[in-house]
Amino acid sequence: MSTGYLLTIFTFIAIYISLALSLNILVGFAGQISLGQAAFFGIGAYTSAVLAIRYSLPFTIDFISAILITGFVGLFLGLPSLRVRHDFLVLATMGINFVVISVFKYVDFFGGAMGLVNIPAPVLFGISFRGGVPYFILSSIYALLTLGLCWYISKTWSGLAFQTIRSDEDAAASVGVSSARYKIYAFGISAAIAGGAGSLYAHFIGSVFPDTFAFVESIAILSMVIFGGVGTLRGPIIGAIILRLTPELLRFISDYRFTLYGALLVLMMLFQPMGILGNGSWLWQKLHPNNRDVANTPQMEVK
Amino acid sequence: MDFAQNLSNAIILGCTYLLMAAGLTMVYGVLKVLHIAHASVYTIGAFVGVLVYSWVGNFWLSLLIAMIFSGVFGILIYRFSYYYLLDVPRTVPLIASIGLFVMLTDLLQKPFLMGPYQRAFPAGGAGLPRIDTPWFSITSKQLLIFSVTIVLMVLVYLLLTRTRIGLGWQAASLDREMAAAVGINLNRIIALNFFIGSALAGAAGVLVGIYNNSVFATMGDLPSYKAFIIIVLGGMGSLPGAILASLLLAIVENFLVASIGYVLPRDSIAFLVLILMLMFRPHGLLGQE
Repeated sequence: MSTGYLLTIFTFIAIYISLALSLNILVGFAGQISLGQAAFFGIGAYTSAVLAIRYSLPFTIDFISAILITGFVGLFLGLPSLRVRHDFLVLATMGINFVVISVFKYVDFFGGAMGLVNIPAPVLFGISFRGGVPYFILSSIYALLTLGLCWYISKTWSGLAFQTIRSDEDAAASVGVSSARYKIYAFGISAAIAGGAGSLYAHFIGSVFPDTFAFVESIAILSMVIFGGVGTLRGPIIGAIILRLTPELLRFISDYRFTLYGALLVLMMLFQPMGILGNGSWLWQKLHPNNRDVANTPQMEVK
Repeated sequence: MDFAQNLSNAIILGCTYLLMAAGLTMVYGVLKVLHIAHASVYTIGAFVGVLVYSWVGNFWLSLLIAMIFSGVFGILIYRFSYYYLLDVPRTVPLIASIGLFVMLTDLLQKPFLMGPYQRAFPAGGAGLPRIDTPWFSITSKQLLIFSVTIVLMVLVYLLLTRTRIGLGWQAASLDREMAAAVGINLNRIIALNFFIGSALAGAAGVLVGIYNNSVFATMGDLPSYKAFIIIVLGGMGSLPGAILASLLLAIVENFLVASIGYVLPRDSIAFLVLILMLMFRPHGLLGQE
C-alpha cells in the first residue's frame, strides 16, 4: 500500500466527515430527515468546477462561492420543509436530489453526462495543492472547522432551539421558537458545509460527473450519520471513518463490499439502532457507564 | 388521433406504475414504513419470470411462479427485518430498508444471479391479439399488461373487501394497535399484506420485462422511485389514491413529453410534479391531515 493511496483515502475520509457532520445538523439537530444531501455536495462541486474551468477563477474564490451559493440554494430548497413533514419530507428531498442531478446531466453548461474535467489544482499562498499531504491537511482543516461549527451550534441557544423543534414542533412554537426560521437555518448551514466539501472534492479529483452525486450517494451519507450515532458529534465522524474504510479494508472481498455494507446497515438497525457510538448504544454505555446523556437520549421521532 | 394514442399509451404505463405502487402503499398503510427494498422485489420477480420462461416457455406459468416467489420473498423481508422494528422510531426501519435495498441490488448483480448484463424476455404478447381502431391501436403486449393489471387489481379488491382477512387488513391499516386490541391476528395480516404487495411488484417486473424485452439487475430503481411519488400523490396508504395517481402521473408525463419534448428527462418531471404538489397539498392529493 503506497503512501499516495493511503493519503487519498484519508483525504476522502476528511471530506466525508464534513459531509456527515453537515447532514447531522439537519437530521440529528433539527430532526429533518433528508435523502438529498448529495445534491448539495454536487452543487458545491459543480459551482467550483464551473468557476474554475469556465471563468478561470482562483481556488479561494471558487471555494467561498461554492459555500455561499450552495448555502443559498439550501435555504431555498429548505422551503418545502416548512409545509411538508416526516415521510413526505424524506421523499421531497429525494426528489430534489433527482431534479438537481438531471439538471447537471441535461444542461450543456454543466457538461452534460460527460461532466466537467481538468479542474485545476488549488493554489494557496503560492503553493500548489495537487493531492498528497497538503491536500489532506487542507481537507482536515475543513473537517475540523465543520466540527467546531457543529460544536458551537450544539452548545448555544440555537442548538437548544433545534432540539426543541426535533422533539416537538408544536411545543417549540408555543414557547416562542420559530420552527420555520430554524428549519431554514438548518437547511442553509447544512447545505453550505456540504457545498464546501463538494468544492474540496472537485478540486481534489479534478473532474465532476453527475452520477457521483446521485441518490445512492445521499444514502451513503445518511448511513454514515445513522451508523455512527445520530445527533452526536462523535457519531458522524466515526460513521464516516468506518463506512469509508470498510470497503478499503475488505478489498479481498471487494466484489461483495456493497452486499456487506447493506447487511451491516440492516444488522445495525436490528441490534444497535442508536448507532455505534450514539447516546444509549451498547458501546457508549460501556465507555461511559455513568453518563447522564443516557437518560435524555435524543430520539428521532417521526410520527 | 395523437391524443387518443397518447392517452392509451399513458394508461398502459399507468398500469405498470400501479402494480408497483399498490404494494408500497399497502406496506405503508399497515406498517408506516417507506419500503425502499420493494425495488428489489420487482427485479427478483422479473428475474424469476425470465428464468421460468426460459425453462418452460409458458408465459402464464412463469407469471404465476414469479408472483408466488416474490410474495414469499416479501414475507421473508418482513419476517427478518421489519418484524423486529415495529415499535421503534420510524427512521430505523427506513434505514434498514435502505440497507436491504443496497444489499439485494448488489447481490443481484453477481454473476451467479443476474450478472451485470441485460437478458431478453421474448414472451411477446402471450398470444393476445393486437387491437386497431381508427383512433388508436393497442399492441398485444400492451393488451397483456392492461388485462393482467385489471384482473389482479379486481382480485385484490375482492380479497380486501369481501373476506374476513381483508377486513382485518382494513382495520390494521386504520389503526394497528386498535386492530390488535380487538383480536385481529396482526402477524397474519401483515404477512398477507407483504405477500400481496410483493406479488404485485413481481408481476409488474415480469410485465415490464416483457414490454421492454429486457431484464437487468437495476431495473427496479426508477419504478420504485416513481412508485414513491405515486403513493405520495395518492395519499400514503390509500389504494384508490394510488390507482388515481398512477394514471394521473402517467398521463401528465406522456402529454408533457409529447407537447414540450425532452427539456428534462421524464423522471425528473415526475419529481418536479411531486415537489410542487407537496407545496400545495402537504399530505398528498387524497391524503388527510
